[in-house]
Amino acid sequence: METHAQDAIFIAWAYIGVIVVTLGLIARVATGARAARARLAALEAQGIRRRSGGPAA
Amino acid sequence: MSLDAAAPKPNWLSRLAHPGAFMGWSRPVLLPLGLLVGLLFALGLWFAFFNSPADYQMGDTVRIMYVHVPNAWLSQFVYGVMAVASLGTLVWRHPLADVAAKAAAPLGAGFTALALYTGSLWGRPTWGTFWEWDGRMTSTLVLFFIYLGIIALWRAIDDQLRAARIVAVVTLVGALDIPIIKFSVDWWNTLHQPSSILTPSGPRMPGSLLTPLFIMLVAFTLLFLLLLLVSMRTEILRRRADSLSRQAVGSA
Repeated sequence: METHAQDAIFIAWAYIGVIVVTLGLIARVATGARAARARLAALEAQGIRRRSGGPAA
Repeated sequence: MSLDAAAPKPNWLSRLAHPGAFMGWSRPVLLPLGLLVGLLFALGLWFAFFNSPADYQMGDTVRIMYVHVPNAWLSQFVYGVMAVASLGTLVWRHPLADVAAKAAAPLGAGFTALALYTGSLWGRPTWGTFWEWDGRMTSTLVLFFIYLGIIALWRAIDDQLRAARIVAVVTLVGALDIPIIKFSVDWWNTLHQPSSILTPSGPRMPGSLLTPLFIMLVAFTLLFLLLLLVSMRTEILRRRADSLSRQAVGSA
């Protein structure tokens, strides 16, 4: 019984760690994307556009 | 004959990988891919916890395998992607190659950290120790440090073109670690078990364990692909913003 409880702790910590790090990676990628879009939009709002004249994104 | 007619036409891969075309085709892919990843994770976790048996030797701790093996696979697969992208930078000077290599590095570091973490938590109840300085674990730790070094190099060099070439060389040298990780369990005495999926005689694992493992492998691999696409798009937007900033400073 004690072995089952100990196993459960290792399994729980493994899955918690994976969920936390994976969600962290997703959040990092999502915030980076949002920041890049916002920066480009801010530049275009100042009238700075690509020489081709097309949309920047 | 005009010069345009004489010029070789770009093949489908070149057209697909042009930064402008990439931004066009990658956008509609993201949502369906995200939904597929979510579905596969839900299915894989259901199998892992409710529809797969305990191992006769390892008991329930075998369930750690469903998150350890996909991350261990990705730690090497992502590096393989970076090595191919590095060749693309050095040999073909492909405009998206260094974007892909730069976007993949933090993801590879994350997956490698998870492989080490889950392996350590699996090792304690199975082998009686969290860590052993054997070939497989040590070479995977070295891979993690290589990822960190590559991320640091990207950040340390402002000129992205120069950084891309230096990082590409470092990445290709670091690729020597991948076969060491792969064959370490055959070359040296180790606590780590030898390969039990990709063997000449087929997987040495019952289907009841192999099914959730396969689903989780596909889910994690598609998650990497999704995060890579978004990160590459972000890197292209960043470079466009940098270019616009320089253009603004130049015209001021």
